Amino acid sequence: MKLGYLGFRKPASMSEILWFFGVAACVKLLLIPSYHSTDFEVHRHWLALTHSLPLAQWYSDETSPWTLDYPPFFAYFERALSIFANLVDTQIVHLQEGLSYSSDTVVLFQRITVILSDLCLLYGVYRLTKDLDSRRRISIWVLIIWSPMLVIVDHMHFQYNGFLLGFLLISLSYLEEGRDLMGGFVFAVLLCFKHLFAVAAPVYFVYLLRHYCWGGFVRGFRRLSVLGAVVVAVFAAAYAPFVYHGQIQQVLRRMFPFGRGLCHAYWAPNFWVFYIILDKGLAFFLRKLGFAIQTPAASFTGGLVGDSSPFAILPQITPLTTFTMVLLALSPCLVKAWRDPRPGMITRWVAYAYTCGFLFGWHVHEKASLHFVIPLATVAVQNLDDARHYFLLSIVSCYSLFPLLFEAQEYPIKVLLLLLHSIIMWLAFSAQFTEEETAPIKKKDDQLDLKRSSNVTAKRGEFVIGRVEKSYLVGLLAVEIWGQLLHPFLFRDKLSFVPLMLISIYSGLGIMYSWIWQLRWIIRSPNI
Amino acid sequence: MEKKSGWKVMEDKEEVVHRGIAASFLCIAVFSFLVRVAVSLHPYSGAGNPPKYGDFEAQRHWMEITLNLPPKEWYRNSTSNDLSYWGLDYPPLTAYQSYAHGLLLRFFHPEAVSLFTSRGHESYLGKLLMRWTVLSSDALVFFPAVFYFIVVYYTGRPHGHKTDIAWHIAIMLLNPCLMLIDHGHFQYNCISLGLTVGAVAAVLSNKELLACFLFSLALNHKQMTAYFAPAFFSHLLGKCLRRQNPLLEVSKLGLVVLGTFALVWWPYLHSMEAFLRVLSRLAPFERGIFEDYVANFWCTTSVLIKWKRMFTTESLKLFSLGATILTCLPSMVQQIWAPSSQGFLYGLLNSAFSFYMFSFQVHEKSILLPLLPASLLALEEPFLLEWITLNALFSMFPLLCRDKLILPYTALSALFILICYHLPSRRQDRKETRSFNTYMTTFLVLCSVVLHGVYLTMHPPRRYPFLFEAVIMLLCFLQFTLLTFYSNAKQWMLLKHTILMDKEKKLL
Repeated sequence: MKLGYLGFRKPASMSEILWFFGVAACVKLLLIPSYHSTDFEVHRHWLALTHSLPLAQWYSDETSPWTLDYPPFFAYFERALSIFANLVDTQIVHLQEGLSYSSDTVVLFQRITVILSDLCLLYGVYRLTKDLDSRRRISIWVLIIWSPMLVIVDHMHFQYNGFLLGFLLISLSYLEEGRDLMGGFVFAVLLCFKHLFAVAAPVYFVYLLRHYCWGGFVRGFRRLSVLGAVVVAVFAAAYAPFVYHGQIQQVLRRMFPFGRGLCHAYWAPNFWVFYIILDKGLAFFLRKLGFAIQTPAASFTGGLVGDSSPFAILPQITPLTTFTMVLLALSPCLVKAWRDPRPGMITRWVAYAYTCGFLFGWHVHEKASLHFVIPLATVAVQNLDDARHYFLLSIVSCYSLFPLLFEAQEYPIKVLLLLLHSIIMWLAFSAQFTEEETAPIKKKDDQLDLKRSSNVTAKRGEFVIGRVEKSYLVGLLAVEIWGQLLHPFLFRDKLSFVPLMLISIYSGLGIMYSWIWQLRWIIRSPNI
Repeated sequence: MEKKSGWKVMEDKEEVVHRGIAASFLCIAVFSFLVRVAVSLHPYSGAGNPPKYGDFEAQRHWMEITLNLPPKEWYRNSTSNDLSYWGLDYPPLTAYQSYAHGLLLRFFHPEAVSLFTSRGHESYLGKLLMRWTVLSSDALVFFPAVFYFIVVYYTGRPHGHKTDIAWHIAIMLLNPCLMLIDHGHFQYNCISLGLTVGAVAAVLSNKELLACFLFSLALNHKQMTAYFAPAFFSHLLGKCLRRQNPLLEVSKLGLVVLGTFALVWWPYLHSMEAFLRVLSRLAPFERGIFEDYVANFWCTTSVLIKWKRMFTTESLKLFSLGATILTCLPSMVQQIWAPSSQGFLYGLLNSAFSFYMFSFQVHEKSILLPLLPASLLALEEPFLLEWITLNALFSMFPLLCRDKLILPYTALSALFILICYHLPSRRQDRKETRSFNTYMTTFLVLCSVVLHGVYLTMHPPRRYPFLFEAVIMLLCFLQFTLLTFYSNAKQWMLLKHTILMDKEKKLL
């Protein structure tokens, strides 16, 4: 909305970005009564847990099935929130009486903590964009602060991703400024908030080693030890109390529950969806051809039970396989980062690492796509190709979140959020790239034939998306119409998993495309 | 550079402006619609509050009645239509609209509109469908009308800057009071107000016949739209008098109005009795001169003068009629004398204000009517708009508290202030108006903030249970009076301006 009248003006001021935050906060406040998932009760229980139990029992308590499975900093964060929760309503933090407590006060309190914790994201965005020109800056603000994905996941479904992504952006902004030690420190803090962000750790490691520690043996060694000391200090601050209480094994067991399956209940749109589909397809055809194929007893989401494999034909996938595949997919990026550690590239590399983790990781949630879509927003305004790629990627990944909100009441909201996002993105990108491309040509108007130059601007300058992308997006619409109208009409309640599977497969295609695009970009980027 | 002929440049410019308007309109419209959907998540009036519930139940009941009874029975008290339980008291167009929406409800959720058994029906799906009927009415009537208005208003203007236009669209579509009443409290003001905006746009683009048609429809949807009638009447009369053949022009407009009315009232025109029965339903004089604590003249002065006790309803009717006509007369005279587009918009504001202040049976929600022309004038009078909107919100605060809509009230007020803050041309104005206005507004804003807090946290003394409501009403009334004087003066100042212009032209 209203990108126009902010135009070119003075450098970034906090009040300007607060305006964007304020508008978003108003909408988020209005969304307070909307549907929230069990994650709401999870976080409520953690408030109660950290408030009423001593630290030694945080990770061993089993009052509720929603046990604490985030790293200690997040537990401390919940502990801090619980002080206020206790002031608002003591029942929120009561271990037993608070179970499944869902009065207006607890909803209001928890929702507002999410809205306020987004200030962290705001600060990250502010740091990342404060030196850009105003049009780019505003585009990035709109893409991140008004991100429909964050609204859906954090403010409706209920989580604290905006808060955590804020740390990631702060860390990236330090790295882009060349302040590597601070970048590494903030990233270490982030890892102690949520360990899923560790997928980018190899990139961080290689980059910091080469960009910060390299250059002369003594200086390098000194810097390496400083960096190591900082990281160790952060981890010590997080885990030392649990080591002291002899709880560390229990903490780690909770944090890495490999008992869960390859896929989440709703399949995240990643590589494994295609693997499963291929297996099913092969089994189907081989059966038709007369081979005796047994139907696998285990399910993809259920976890590893004994030796039984959920696959009929294709080999079994273990956490180790996925780990190797993620590292393999990361390797080109690591090589690049080793050869030419450039601050300007770090955001792309980190985003790429999260894309790899999303595509090949074990038990990936659909929400994890936020980890690369949000950082990539800062890259999207750099040039036309990036903008085109981001346009497709952010629509697809936002669409893949639709199954999170399955009730009728929220249906128009998620559709409108995505629609608004696409329109704003379209307007912002076309305004930016049309102006940028026409500006230098205008100066040469005297010599150049106007017709030719205007042709050039039309070709290079305007923000248009290719035919393949366009038909892909139209296909998205078709998938949605099938799932919402045609499928219930034709099949009633039968085969109710088909629409969800279609969404997974179709969004998976888009995300695979984005992965290939990013990989190609990283490989092709010239070394200096 | 390739030379372009003058008109082509003009045309190109106009096209660019149109495309710019369309793009920003689309963007803002989707955002406003999102905000409306989010507001509709909140409770409606009378939710879970038997036996009478609230406006939500009234609208649902009308769907039930119109769907299950023939049109002739809609306004008649009978065994199947108990008029004392939310009897239909809006003109026939509302009844038709209820019928259409009732069809939709019956298709998806028949229990919500079945005769008798659906009284006080409340369910997840029922609420959702009812909310969607308001949302769709908004999208189908109010949004296109605003688009029409913006296009007409800015096409002829050389200074229509893109950012100003975007801001004006946002102000019109994100009016917090309208959103709270329609999508929170539950009403269909968007239809009658949308039709009025359409009529205003038609007047501005000199399509008088269309304007008459649209305004008659608006009147037939909600009789309250009559607040604008003096302005329409005087402006169109003034325009016709300046034409070659005034009588013909006037009779053409009259015919359109009569024709539209005849069309809408068709089922009740077969007998005088049926006609009068509907008419008497539309004018509920027995409900008294005002309701609750509304910030108008009668209610505020009744603190000192007990109008309801001292006079009969008959004489009060005459008083209010006289006072209303008297107060909107200056603005009418101005428009008949020198009709102008700008003057017409001020005229709308003034006549709506005088009706709000002095007419019979006004309630808090009627403030939406003066608010509409104020938002049409937003770019000329940003300060007026801000003031009137915040006051209007404040005057509805007790009502919205009862509806449990404090959360959306807060969020929408904040959103409105944020949008006002971004008024493009405001930065230059600010310095000039600093001295007097800032002190006064700071004081008034402080007062209202304190009152909000007091209203929410403290209990009134037992002897005066409605003390806080009365104080809020008094504060709002004083400011509304100020604003009324200001906008009347402003309208007459236009006249001075045009006379000066005419003189200059003659001298030249």
